[in-house]
Amino acid sequence: MILYLLCFTLMLVGLYGILTKRDLIKIILSASIMGYATNLLLILFAYRNGSIFPILRKGVEIIPMVDPLPQALVLTSIVIELGTTALLVALALKLFQKYKTYDITKIRKLSG
Amino acid sequence: MILPFFIIIPLLTAFLIAIVAGKKDNFANGLSIFSSLLLLLGAIYNFFTQNQEVIVYKIGNWKAPIGINLVQDSLTIFMLIIVGLISLTSLIYSRQYIRHISTNWKYYALFMFLITGMNGVIVTGDLFNLFVFMEIALISAFALVAYGGKAEEFEAAFKYAIMGVVSSTFILVGIAILYSATSTLTLAKIAEQIPNISYKIVYLVGGIFLMGFGLKAAIIPFHTWLPDAHSSAPAPISAMLSGVLIKVLGIYAIIRIFFNVFGAPEFFLNIFMTLGVISILIAGFLAIAQWDMKRLLAYSSISQIGYILLGLGIGSTLGILGAVFHLFNHAIFKSLLFYNAGSVEMTTGTRDLKKMGKLTKLMPVTSKTSMIASLAISGIPPFNGFFSKLIIIIAAIQSGHPFLTALAVIGSIQTLAALLKVQRFGFHSENKTKITKNITSFGMKFAMITLAFLCFAGAIVIIPEIKEVTLDPIVEVINNNSEYMKIVLGR
Repeated sequence: MILYLLCFTLMLVGLYGILTKRDLIKIILSASIMGYATNLLLILFAYRNGSIFPILRKGVEIIPMVDPLPQALVLTSIVIELGTTALLVALALKLFQKYKTYDITKIRKLSG
Repeated sequence: MILPFFIIIPLLTAFLIAIVAGKKDNFANGLSIFSSLLLLLGAIYNFFTQNQEVIVYKIGNWKAPIGINLVQDSLTIFMLIIVGLISLTSLIYSRQYIRHISTNWKYYALFMFLITGMNGVIVTGDLFNLFVFMEIALISAFALVAYGGKAEEFEAAFKYAIMGVVSSTFILVGIAILYSATSTLTLAKIAEQIPNISYKIVYLVGGIFLMGFGLKAAIIPFHTWLPDAHSSAPAPISAMLSGVLIKVLGIYAIIRIFFNVFGAPEFFLNIFMTLGVISILIAGFLAIAQWDMKRLLAYSSISQIGYILLGLGIGSTLGILGAVFHLFNHAIFKSLLFYNAGSVEMTTGTRDLKKMGKLTKLMPVTSKTSMIASLAISGIPPFNGFFSKLIIIIAAIQSGHPFLTALAVIGSIQTLAALLKVQRFGFHSENKTKITKNITSFGMKFAMITLAFLCFAGAIVIIPEIKEVTLDPIVEVINNNSEYMKIVLGR
């Protein structure tokens, strides 16, 4: 239970960062932290205490195994996060070229 | 079996464009128009041959709980037709419009990825697969919003991207919790398991999904990214985003998950109804206050999404019929209005309504089609928008919500006021403009006239004999939630 709570806290740290930070790069990092927390949650759901890797072998007695599906999902989700983070960094760089700052309070040509 | 081709064709086209296209965009444009025409024809062919059956395509011949399924029912075909229609007109329109920004094949490759993502979300029968296709569509949408290369466009794209990442993360958390409760990701299998799990988990996951998909559909508390992103994007992309993307990623996903999987719990229907009415009213007021033409149209999109959500929330057969019909109509007239805004912007060089004027003689096609679209969106009788709004309002009265009905009618008047503002200041005012040359090309006019014709023709669907074969099967799919699960699992 404590693990789930810590994982949830990590997610809240990411959300807090997105909502309060002013620096574009810090916002991107916070978004990544949220993504890590989600991946950790998926891995936690798959984990069984005292179980082994999920490969069936001949002559070995069948004991509880971890769930392999969430691990595959986490791999996919990491790749997707890589793509979005790369795009976000590219946008942040372009914004820096246009405005000469990473501070979002100074980047506001669009109103409300 | 042509179902997987709805994903293969646009994906293949995107890579072909990237490999073969040289520096010019002629080839890229022709190829993308050809492939989106193929998609539209394929969707229409499916419509005529399906006989209201549900077809399940098993990828790699793995059966339902193990492999990923593609599912085709009436709702799928309906959404595929909308995506095909709007993307085809949008690409025809792009040919000249995008050249005045740049002549680069990258635009068309990204556009094809956008279509891939949306078609994937529509045809898939697997929850995680839906998430992956949604990300494909979103990443290309972020890039396309920033395509113009101006400072405001990067700003809007960054805002949209951060909001999109947060909502996607929440959706993934919802998927994780649902997986840990039901041990499966196939939508139909989850629907089978839902009665066995605690209602608390359904409420928790439902709340998370409502936030995630609500942000993609731009329902009112989650709407802040939409006016920036939709007004900054190039006009054909605004039409795609406002006309199709928010409906496929938002409304369609909400329908599939809350109606077909969760079985339409009363609690969530009430939330839909409330959020729908709030969206109609607040976005209506915000729309009237705008002076930027595309921003006004973007706010009006939020208010029309509110109508669709209200119709879904009522939950009766009539309400869902109205919602589905309004979804189709809104895709048509909102895309048309964005094409009009784009051609006005290209000719006059401004989107500010105060600086436009006397465009009726200069741009006859644009001003006439925008008049038709404005009348259709505000619900004036012979056009399609009138019938869908009327059905939603009648359904609201029948379900015993006179207060919500009154608010929905007020919302309709707000829409009329906002669109009359566009007509009065944008096209008919006495401002003196120096522009004397209309540079709208044949392709742009063709796209606008096609959609304006559909604003008339869309109203035919309401004739009972035609309604029976077009809209009624879709309503049945949405209403009959246990049927979906049984057919997909083959029981």
